Amino acid sequence: MVPSPTLRAAVLSAALFLAFVLLWQLGIQGGAPAQQMDPEYAKLMGVTATQGKSAMPGPLDVAAKLWEHLKNPFYDRGSNDKGLGIQLAYSIARVGIGYLLAVAVAIPIGFLIGMSPLINRALDPFIQVMKPISPLAWMPLALYTIKDSGLSAIFVIFICSLWPMLINTAFGVASVRREWLDVARTLEVGALRRAFTIILPAAAPTILTGMRISVGIAWLVIVAAEMLVGGTGIGYFVWNEWNNLSITNVITAILVIGLVGMVLDQMLARLTHLVTFPE
Amino acid sequence: MSTFDDPFDSERTLNRSGCSCGRHASVREHDDAARPALQTAAETEDRRFESVVASAVMRAVFPRDATRRAFLRTLGASTAFAAISQFFPLESATEMFAQAAAAPEKKDLKVGFIPITCATPIIMAHPMGFYAKHGLNVEVIKTAGWAVIRDKTLNKEYDAAHMLSPMPLAITLGVGSTAIPYTMPAVENINGQAITLAVKHKDKRDPASWKGFKFAVPFDYSMHNYLLRYYVAEHGIDPDSDIQIRAIPPPEMVANLRADNIDGFLAPDPVNQRAVYDGVGFIHVLSKEIWEGHPCCAFAASKEFVTSMPNTYAALLKAIIEATAFAHSSENRKQIAEAIAPANYLNQPVTVVEQVLTGTFADGLGNVRKVPDRIDFDPFPWESFAVWILTQMRRWGQIKSDVDYGSVARQVFLATDTSKLMREAGLTPPAATSKSFVVMGKPFDPEKPEDYVKSFAIRRV
Repeated sequence: MVPSPTLRAAVLSAALFLAFVLLWQLGIQGGAPAQQMDPEYAKLMGVTATQGKSAMPGPLDVAAKLWEHLKNPFYDRGSNDKGLGIQLAYSIARVGIGYLLAVAVAIPIGFLIGMSPLINRALDPFIQVMKPISPLAWMPLALYTIKDSGLSAIFVIFICSLWPMLINTAFGVASVRREWLDVARTLEVGALRRAFTIILPAAAPTILTGMRISVGIAWLVIVAAEMLVGGTGIGYFVWNEWNNLSITNVITAILVIGLVGMVLDQMLARLTHLVTFPE
Repeated sequence: MSTFDDPFDSERTLNRSGCSCGRHASVREHDDAARPALQTAAETEDRRFESVVASAVMRAVFPRDATRRAFLRTLGASTAFAAISQFFPLESATEMFAQAAAAPEKKDLKVGFIPITCATPIIMAHPMGFYAKHGLNVEVIKTAGWAVIRDKTLNKEYDAAHMLSPMPLAITLGVGSTAIPYTMPAVENINGQAITLAVKHKDKRDPASWKGFKFAVPFDYSMHNYLLRYYVAEHGIDPDSDIQIRAIPPPEMVANLRADNIDGFLAPDPVNQRAVYDGVGFIHVLSKEIWEGHPCCAFAASKEFVTSMPNTYAALLKAIIEATAFAHSSENRKQIAEAIAPANYLNQPVTVVEQVLTGTFADGLGNVRKVPDRIDFDPFPWESFAVWILTQMRRWGQIKSDVDYGSVARQVFLATDTSKLMREAGLTPPAATSKSFVVMGKPFDPEKPEDYVKSFAIRRV
């Protein structure tokens, strides 16, 4: 009997993972042999210099570190040294606030643009110019005008999540099938009712796709923004460990960032699935 | 001399170039010889404040050191003390300074710092309880870079911050940011920087062979930038056309050096020692070999904070002055290294921080060097330091127009503690105190800054 495709895919995934870890382990092995040094001098030097050990940690080091962080994710040893769980909570809160604000702004405006060709044309040049700006380019301006680094980070999340949602909403609303709108007109449905009972359900999958793209971008940007602003958050954690040249901790943080990003994306994917309809 | 020494000693100069009494080869030797006396002098903190205040007053009354010494020689210290006390109540001024902390207007403060050893007094005051002692609940917050620390301080997210000593000047002048009156009531550290080169340049110890090198400094408005430019220019290298100088935040420097993006840097510690520790660089020269006793980082606050919350400010400054005094004595350095190395503060291996603070360090070339005054801590913000910094800003074109060196220096570097104390005592703050010093064998006269700028062959004006 041939195993199910899911099982086969899982086996292949596991094999790929093992191969990667093996290559990684092999890659960091070796390095220069231990150098002859005056013991007094060697005492003042790090292991990379004295034993020729590679600065790159192995998979086992990372696994141990990850376990150490997961065992105690909520410790708080002062304002600059908090557990991974607390840092993640800060980042997720920032993303959440900035993202929800963007939803609140992008969807109504997107509706307006989608329903009115005039507004669409009028706003188009602005959107086209603002869309490609890297969200981090807003950072100095935000810091200067908002005068608060926490709010600046939220603003950056807001501005980067805005455009994909806005454009997708407008597109979804504009491409609702003419026939459905004509039927509504024949039945003399009011404008508000038309928007909520016909356009919204019809455009929902496109809108949610935009929201899904946005949450991905927001999560990408928060790490960079927190590295710039510092203080708290997973981005600050990465920066702080980079400061200590602790590659093990940086890789650990990268893994965690990836996992959280995946969870966020999957949540939106589920939502999209709920509102999708067969035609 | 150190601000913690006795200003009523006619044998001492109040200026700190070289050994103050002339009997010892170096300041360190001198300090070692004077240590027992110094300890008794600083036995109680009251005594210490008295000596800080007295120092400031004596400097103010006798801007020229020679006059002060002559005065002391003729009268004797105790008569001099009495004479000065007559028209300047030293004791009550000291009391005022000591008592000001009684009721800070604001107890919960935020102070920003960059994780480098220059910030030692600001950082260690937290784990070692100097802030708490003065009734302050200070949160010391690690910050990612100088531009961010500047913006966060301007935003009032931080009440005060660790800055590079040229930054308050630049902020006050509006160079590279909006002009906001800023003050720098205390220098944190003197010396303590170094030029580190990648290990592959082991044989290129002559700066003349550095053409085409890429260097990193922490910030455009930093002593590091000015010292590096000064150093290479003295060796005939034009820092703008022969080499490249970029601003890279200190934490990223070692990674960049390892990745071969840069050939070297003039950076604060522990970055230099960390490069050695990881086997990617070696220490070419310590900054004290360029200018013995140069200032580096500073404790800065906006003029608004100083004037609107004088008691809080006095308490904070006192905590910093005490912490600086504690860090000044070499026997405390090991203990400090252990206190500030953890992840909450510097986030570095203890041995790296210890090598920086104790001055017994590996140089990256296989030698163990012993330079006890590799870094030192002395809070007095000499106005001539500010004037020198301004001349370099002018020299390299950061200040385009003529500048009133003296008045800017006075405004930023001394406008606070000394003047405030003097005004409280009913005296008009006197003219600035300055001192001349020597940078790479070239004397600097703070009275003639414009001539100094023009005396350099390589300059942008």
